[in-house]
Formats: sequence, structure tokens, C-alpha cells
Amino acid sequence: MSLLIASKIQSNPKYLQLVGRRDTLSWTLSAIVCVMYFGFILLIAFAPGVLTQPIAADSVIPVGMLAGVGVIVVSCILTGVYVYKANTVFDPIVNEIVREASK
Amino acid sequence: MKIFKTAFCALIAYASLLASNLSMAADAAVSAVAPASAVAPVVAAVAAAPAEVPLNWHAIIMFVLFVAITLVITYWAATHTKTASDFYAAGRGITGLQNGMAIAGDYMSAASFLGIAALVYFNGFYGLLFSVGWLVGWPIILFLIAERLRNLGKFTYADVVSFRLKQGPVRTMAAISSLIVVIWYLIGQAVGAGQLLHTLVPQISYRESIVIVGALIIIYVTFGGMKATTWVQIIKAGLLLGGATMMAIGVMAHEDFSFAKLFTDAVAAHPKHIAIMQSVVPIGAKANPIESISLGLTLMFGTAGLPHILMRFFTVTDAKAARKSVLYGTCFIGFFYVLTFIIGFGAIVLVANNPAYVADISKSVLNLKGGGSMPAVYLSHALGGDFFLGFIAAVAFATILAVVSGLTLAGASALSHDIYANVIMKGTATEKQEVWMSKMMVIGLGILAVILGIAFEKQNVAYIVALTFSIAACTNFPILVLSIFWRGLTTRGAVLGGYTGIFGSIGLLIIGPTVWTKVLAMGPAIFPYDFPTFVVLPAVLIVAYIASVTDSSESGNKERAAYDAQLIRAETGLGAEIGVSH
Repeated sequence: MSLLIASKIQSNPKYLQLVGRRDTLSWTLSAIVCVMYFGFILLIAFAPGVLTQPIAADSVIPVGMLAGVGVIVVSCILTGVYVYKANTVFDPIVNEIVREASK
Repeated sequence: MKIFKTAFCALIAYASLLASNLSMAADAAVSAVAPASAVAPVVAAVAAAPAEVPLNWHAIIMFVLFVAITLVITYWAATHTKTASDFYAAGRGITGLQNGMAIAGDYMSAASFLGIAALVYFNGFYGLLFSVGWLVGWPIILFLIAERLRNLGKFTYADVVSFRLKQGPVRTMAAISSLIVVIWYLIGQAVGAGQLLHTLVPQISYRESIVIVGALIIIYVTFGGMKATTWVQIIKAGLLLGGATMMAIGVMAHEDFSFAKLFTDAVAAHPKHIAIMQSVVPIGAKANPIESISLGLTLMFGTAGLPHILMRFFTVTDAKAARKSVLYGTCFIGFFYVLTFIIGFGAIVLVANNPAYVADISKSVLNLKGGGSMPAVYLSHALGGDFFLGFIAAVAFATILAVVSGLTLAGASALSHDIYANVIMKGTATEKQEVWMSKMMVIGLGILAVILGIAFEKQNVAYIVALTFSIAACTNFPILVLSIFWRGLTTRGAVLGGYTGIFGSIGLLIIGPTVWTKVLAMGPAIFPYDFPTFVVLPAVLIVAYIASVTDSSESGNKERAAYDAQLIRAETGLGAEIGVSH
């Protein structure tokens, strides 16, 4: 990558916007996964009773089982959200920045 | 794609067989009295099986079939492997979906298949913690690492960490931590392979089993490099997902497709009854909040720091394919972990209390012939007889081969690409020399795995998961993330932080309960936790931070200034290694 292209990209407001938006999305989604997962872990560590109570009076299935499977399912969905955003929003901006810089 | 078709035809054939055998499925006895003291180790720990077992032809035929197919692929891959990029990164021509399957094949080890099923079988709900913990690392890999790693690196994650830092010290540190993870992971897999194969086919001894694994790995990886490794992993992932799906369907068919019935029957069949739904620690263990948190941290961030997993992102054509591959991989792995949970509960219903599988029913209705990792294996027999048992046994073995291939290649690349080509030869080695060196390292690591696998036969290897995941979580993951996101990181910070992670994890593991008390028998542990991550991970971040901000050297300033160029490449892919699309 030549210095010229690098300086063109760095002075392109779209580039700064891209970095800011992608970082925001990356860290927000990471924070959601961490809050969800460590919320689950902290309940296990300090309030297991919340997770071990049955979902209904006549059921043996504990709340924690649904919560655990829920964490797995939501994680998969969030990866889908990120890929969708990256494909539809970020990729076009990246292509534009690269095209403008190599002009 | 032909391979896929063949594999799927085979799966359909097995499925029909399974259906016809379902009627044979044994009903679980409900009365259970004897207490079970066993806590399943995560790594397979299987005792020797009785010798009078007849030869397991089904398993052998299916295993030979798998080996034959993979050897043909290796032959094809060998004729298409010429450059270093072919050897380490499959020519960067793997598609997102293919890599997603290969990621699943690389990651879903026998420990997570047989291990989680066994954890659930013995402890019920507690096993779910591992399923969840081993999955949540994946979204983090996607959001923070995958694309940037693909844009910045060439063959190893050390390429990324040393992108703007000093090659020698940083690569050495990264290679050491990769090698420790790889070698210990290899030992765990080799011991598991030896015990599993020997238990399933007692005519093959433990040593012979390990030698077979070692020889196959050396052939796959030396001749076929990453191309062969990738396809072995893809086929294995297909077989494992197919096999686990059929087992779960078999269990649910037996339980009238009702989860309520499955769990009620399991509670009735398990000697601890409702406790299996209410214990958040291994049954019989004391609640330990700090340990639970540390375990949670280790599983999540350890996944995001495994060198053989990170290496997979260099095989795809571009950042977009890297991103897609994590989505596919996460979905496959998440699906699989839900299946293992059903399989574990199914084993409580169908395998426990069954005199055909239980070692001594007068002592315990849970403890099985052949040891702690057998619940899933016996469940396949209860559902589909010898034929399905043979199939699942072959799948378990294929699983070990695929994981070991990935590990061996990751270890060899750390030695040849990082240490030999960049530290010792300082980038002057030709591509040919580097690939040659890499192949020698594959042979060396293969032989080392065989020797260590034999040496550790009678050892307690239960600490291996804690060791490998702790080092990955405390060293590879934080240093990689800092190098990508933090402009301020300098060589000094990366190296001191990295060694803090390596020595901190190993040191605390040695004085922890598993090694100090159980392996070395030195009495009560000095450090009372099995998983040191909750101490070491913050320590690494603090050391890396302080060592970096106090670094006022000229080279440190240059490294901070070089961050802009790194960021442009990470974000736009300009200058990234070019992939080929087929």
C-alpha cells in the first residue's frame, strides 16, 4: 500500500465513519454477548436458585436449561446480525473508499 | 461435492437401519439405588476393556472407509500443494461455507462430543455450562477478530501480533504459547484416541492405536497440507453432525418426541434424581462461585485464542468469506452442542441401569464398562445396535484425526513460519525451505504426539483442558485483541504481557488442586482454584498496559505510529494476502 493511498484513505471522512461505525457495532454486540453470558454465569455462581427452579410446578425442567439454550440461540442470531450488517452496510462503504483512494 | 453426496447417501442408509433397530432399544429400569461417585472427566479417561469382546467389524469397516476416502483426498491435495500458501492456507481458496464446516470439524473434538455427553450423563444440567461456554467464544471471534485477522495475517496469528512490533521477541513469545497449547492439546487427543480405539476394538492395543493415529496424521499433513486437513475436517464435521443428529432423533423417538418426557424419565432413571436438574456444580462438589466465574471466562476466551482455530481464517478468499465462515461454524457448533445435551440425557434413560453397559450394577448404576467417556458410545448401541455403534465409533475416531491434523499443522506453522523463517532466518528463507522445514516439523510433532501419548497412558490427563484453554484465554486472546485495537501496545507490552499469561497460567495450574493435589499428591493446593483465568487474564492486561505506556523508547513510538497503516489494512483489506476464487 503506497503512502499516497494511505493518506488519501485517512483523510477520507467515509473511512473515519466506517471505522467508528464498525467498532461501535463490534463492541456493542460483544458487550451484549458478554452481559448475557456472564449474567448466566453470575447467576450460577451467586444465585443458583434462580436457575434451578422448575419452569412450571409440574415440570422437572429448570429455568437455567432454557436460559442456557437461549444463550446459544441468541449468540447464533447475533452472529447473523453482524454478518448481515457487514454485508449490506460496511462492504459497500469499504469498496467506495478503496475505489476513491485508487483514483 | 461428490464426497458430500457419498457421505449423505451413507448417512441415509444408516438412518434407515437405525429406524429398524429402534425397537431393540432397551428400556431403562426406573429403580436406582446405588450412589454414583464418579464425576466424568472432560478428557476421555477410559480404562481397559475386557478382552473377550468379539472383533467390532462394523467400526473397522467404516473406519477403513473413512481412511481410504481421506487418503484419496490427501493424494489429490498433494498434487495441488506447491507453494507455502497452498501448504499453510490451502491456497486461500476455501469458501465461507466450506470453512464454516471445517471450523466445526476443527473445533468439535472428541472431548466435546463424548465429554459433554458424559458430563450430562453424570451431572445433568451442569454439562450445559460447557456447551454454552464453548459456544459464546464464537460471536466474540466474529465481532472482534476474524475479519481483521484475515486482513492482517499470512499464516499464523503471530503474523498479526507482530505486524507492527519487533518480529523476533513477539513471534518467539507467540510461538511458545501456541506450541504449549498445541502440544498439550495433542497429548489429550492422543491419549483419548488410544483409549477409545482400544476400548472399541480391544484387538488393537493402546500403543498401536496411537501409532495408527500418528502415522495417518503425518501422511495427511505432510503430503496434503492445509487442503487435506480442511477436507478431513469437513467430512468429519458432516459425519459427526449426521451421527449426532440421528442419535438425538433416536432418543426423541424413544421419548415420543417430548422433552418433558425425556427429562422426567431421566430424573427417574438417574440415581441422584431431581438433583441432576438442580446442581450447578458437578454432583457432589461444593458450590464455588469464583471457580464458576473463572471456568466461564476460560471457556469463552480460550476458544478465541486457540492457534489451530485462528489459523483457519487464513484459508479463505477474503474477509467477507472469513465472516461468513464464522456464522456457519457457530450455527453448526451451536446445533451440535444442543444435540450433545439431548444425547447425554438420552444416555441417562437408555444406558444407565442397563446391565449390558454398566460395569457393576450392584455398586453403581451409572459407572460404565470402558470408563467415563462411554455414555454416547453405548447410547448408539442402545439405539441402533452393533451397526450404529460401529458408525459412531468410527465417527469418534475420525473426529480425533481431524482435530489432531489441525493441531499438528498449527504447531508446525508456529515452528517453521514464526521461529524458523522469521526469527532464525529473519525472513531470508525461501518459500521452498520454509515448506520443507514445516513438513519436517509435522513429522517431528507427529512422532512427539505418539511418544507423549504412550508416556501419558496411565497419567491423569484431566487438567489438559484447563491448561490449554487457560493459556489460550490468558495469552493468545488478550495480546491479539490488544494488538488489533490498541494503538498504544508496544513490543515490550506484548512480550511482558504474553509471558505473564504463559507463566502465570502454568504456575497457578501447577499449584492448583488438579496438579498439586491430584497429580503430584502434594497435599492441599496452594492456589485453591482449577481455572486460574480470573487472576491471570486481568494481570496480563495490566502488565501489557503498564509496560506499554511506560515504554518511551524510539522503537515504541514508531510502533505506535505504525498503527495507522495497520488499521487501514485491517479495516479495508488493502494489502491483505490475496485469495484465489475457484
